[in-house]
Amino acid sequence: MNHPCLVTLERDSAPRTLFSGDRLVEVDLPVGTRVIYPKPPLEPLRDPDAAIRYALNHPLGSDPLYARLRPGMKVTIAVDDISLPLPPMRRPDVRERLVTIVLEQLADHGIEDIEIIIATGVHRRMKAHEIRHILGDRIFDAYWPDRLYNHDAEDTANLVEVGRTPHGEKLVLNRRAVESDLLIYANMNYVPMNGGYKSVAVGLCNYESLRSHHNPHSIRASDSYMDPARSQLANDIERMGRLAHEKLDIFTIETTINNRMFDRSLDFLVKNEDELSSREKALLKALVVSTAKLPQPARHAIFDRFPAPYGMTGVWAGAVGEVHARSVERNFEQYCVPIEGQADVLVYGVPYISPYNVHAFLNPLLVQVLAQGYLFNMYRGAPLVKKGGTLILLHPCTDKFDHEQHAPYVDFVHRLLPETRDAVELRDRYEEKYARDPALIQMFRTGHAYHPSHPFFMWYWGENGRQHLGRVIVVGADNEYIPKLFGWETAPSMEDALYRAKNGENRSLSVTALHVPPVIMGDVTVPGGAAG
Amino acid sequence: MAACYFDVDGTLVRTNLIQPTVYYLLNQGTPVQTALRVGKALFRAPRMAYAELLDRRTFNELLYSAYAGMSEDRLAVLADEVFDSVLKPSLFPAARDLVDKSKAAGHEVVFVSGALDWIVRRLAEHFGGGGVIANRLEMKAGIATGKLLKPVVAGPEKARIVRDHARERGYDLDDCFAFSDSYSDVPMLSVVGHPAAVNPDKRLALLAKAYSWPLFDLTAHA
Repeated sequence: MNHPCLVTLERDSAPRTLFSGDRLVEVDLPVGTRVIYPKPPLEPLRDPDAAIRYALNHPLGSDPLYARLRPGMKVTIAVDDISLPLPPMRRPDVRERLVTIVLEQLADHGIEDIEIIIATGVHRRMKAHEIRHILGDRIFDAYWPDRLYNHDAEDTANLVEVGRTPHGEKLVLNRRAVESDLLIYANMNYVPMNGGYKSVAVGLCNYESLRSHHNPHSIRASDSYMDPARSQLANDIERMGRLAHEKLDIFTIETTINNRMFDRSLDFLVKNEDELSSREKALLKALVVSTAKLPQPARHAIFDRFPAPYGMTGVWAGAVGEVHARSVERNFEQYCVPIEGQADVLVYGVPYISPYNVHAFLNPLLVQVLAQGYLFNMYRGAPLVKKGGTLILLHPCTDKFDHEQHAPYVDFVHRLLPETRDAVELRDRYEEKYARDPALIQMFRTGHAYHPSHPFFMWYWGENGRQHLGRVIVVGADNEYIPKLFGWETAPSMEDALYRAKNGENRSLSVTALHVPPVIMGDVTVPGGAAG
Repeated sequence: MAACYFDVDGTLVRTNLIQPTVYYLLNQGTPVQTALRVGKALFRAPRMAYAELLDRRTFNELLYSAYAGMSEDRLAVLADEVFDSVLKPSLFPAARDLVDKSKAAGHEVVFVSGALDWIVRRLAEHFGGGGVIANRLEMKAGIATGKLLKPVVAGPEKARIVRDHARERGYDLDDCFAFSDSYSDVPMLSVVGHPAAVNPDKRLALLAKAYSWPLFDLTAHA
C-alpha cells in the first residue's frame, strides 16, 4: 500500500497544480506518475517557552546554561540570519523566544557584557526591520545597533585566526565571538543541512575559511547534502567546526519547526488535487488565473506579504554533536517520505523563494541552485531520479536580478557562464579574483549585497545535480538564453517535455513529481540496493 | 595586475573643486589681496555656474583662472593646510576601507581628479600611496598664469587619460576598476571592465542600475 503522501495518477486524475516561480500552473502528468506530497505538519510544542527553559536546564552533553555562567563574564549570542525559514515566520520568531530567555538567564547571573551577532557568513547584511522581525522589539530596541549587529566577513580588524585543521585549513572567525568567555549559538534547523558544526564555522567565518569546503569537489562527493551522514560537505565543515568547538567555549541551542508554510486559508496548496472540496477547487482555480494575469510585483506580494505560521516542534541545547543529531532526526521525521525505486523523469515546479532572495526577485542563478541543488538533493539513500535521467522543471527563468542584493550575480551569469559551465574551472580561474572585487565587497559591507564569492557557491551547489542528471528541460521559460547558458533545454509544454525525455522513442518512462513547497525529502530505497 | 581609478571629489571626499579654491582665496598674504581675489571670483561665479551646466572642462578652466598671480611657493605651502582643513575632515568614513580593499586585491590605486595635483598628492599620501592624475597649473617664473596645463583632467578627457595610463602600465582595461559619483565621469567609467557608482547623483544611479554596475555609498562606516 502506498504511503499517504504518495499519489499515483490515474486516467481520471485532476491536473496537478505546481509552482512556476510566483505563478501557479496546472499540468497534466502521465497516468502512473507518482506524485509526492508533503507530510502533514508535526504538532507544534504546546508551550515553546517552557520547552526552551527545559532545554537550557537539561542540556545534552553539557552542564546547564546557568551552571556555565558567572558574573562579569563576556558573552556573545550568535543567531541564524533571515535565510531561514522560508518564507520568514510569523512573529514571535523562534529566535526571539530563544534569545529572550537566554538574556533573562544572563541578567539573573549579573552578566552585562553581552553582544548579539547575526551569523550571516557571506550572506547579505540583514536590514534593521528584518532583525527586528526575528528578534522582536524589546531586544532590538535595547541592543541595536551597538550590541546587536551583522557579522562582517570582510572586516579584517575584527576577524581572528583560530587555528588550522589537520588538513591545513585555516579557520578565521569573528573576533568578538572568539574573545568571549562563552559563545551561545541560537539556531533554526530548517533543513538537515543547517546547523551543527556549520553554525559557528560558517556563520561567523570569512571567505578564506569558507572556500576550503564550499567547493565543487565537496558537493560532487555529497550524496546528498541533505543527508549529513553521507554529505562530504558536512564532513568538511565538521573538521572546521570541531576546531572552533575545541578553541572556544560554545553552548549550542537548536530548534526545529514544522512545515506549516501556508496559512490555513491556503492549505489546499499542499493537498492532493483529487481530494479538494468544491470551494478549494474554486479557490485554487482563482489563484491559478490571478497569478497568470497579475503583474509580477503583485504576484510576488501575494506570497511575500504574509509570514508563515510555522510552529516550533523541538528545542535542544548543550553539546553540538548530540544536539544536532536530535534536530536532524526531527527534520527527517517532518520531511521524509518513503519512496521505492528511482524514476526516469523527475518533475518539479521551482517556486518563487530560496534562502537567498528574501524580499527580492528569484534571479536565474538562484533558479539553478533550487533546481539542480536544493530540490535535487532532497533525498536520503538514493536520488529520486536515475543516473542520467531527466529533470523537468517549471519556471520562467526570467533574466532579472535584484540590483541591491544580487549585483555580484550579474557578472557571473552574463560574463563568466558564457566562458564555461565547468565548476572547477570557474573556481580555479575566477573565484578568488571576483571574491576580492573591491566594489562588490563594498556593496557587501555597506549595502545589502551578497559577497562576490556567493554566486560561485550557488553554481557549485548545483554540482551533484549537474553531474547526475542526463538532461534538464524547462517548461514555461520566457527566454531561450538563460536555459541555454545553464545547459538546459526548453519545451513549450509538459507534454512536449515528456516527449523529448523519451528521445522520440515509443517507450514508457517512470515519472516522479515533487509537489513542493513546502519541503519534502524522499527516503529512497532501490530494489537490490543498486542506485542508478 | 590591474588598476583602480578613483575620482576624488564627491567620491572619496564630501568636498568639490570649489572648496579648496575658496580656501586658497581666503588665505592670501594680506587682507587686501584676499578681498581683491574673492571679489574677482564672485564676479566670475555666474559664468562658472553656467559653464558647469554645459561643460566640466570650461568650468575647470574658469575656476582655476582665480589662481592667476599666486606664487608657486605659496600654493605648495598652503596645500598641506588645504588638505588638513578642507579635505581630511570631509573624507567619507568608508573611503579608506575601499582603497585598502583595492590594494589588498593587488591593484594599483590611482586618484584621478580635476583638483590640483599638490592637493591630490597629499590625499594619496594619506591613503598610504597611489598614483595621481590631476590638474596642473601653468607656471611662469614661479607665478601661476591661471591656465591649466594640458591635458585638462575633466569629463571625457579622463577616459582618454585612464586608457593611456592603463596601456603604458600594461594593464588590460577589462580587468581595471573605476569609481565615481558623477554622471560627468561616465566616459571614464565606461572604458574599464569594472565600473562602480559611488554616492552617485541621480542620473548616474539610474545608469548604474540599468547596466547592473555596482552601486554603493561611502557615507557610512562599514
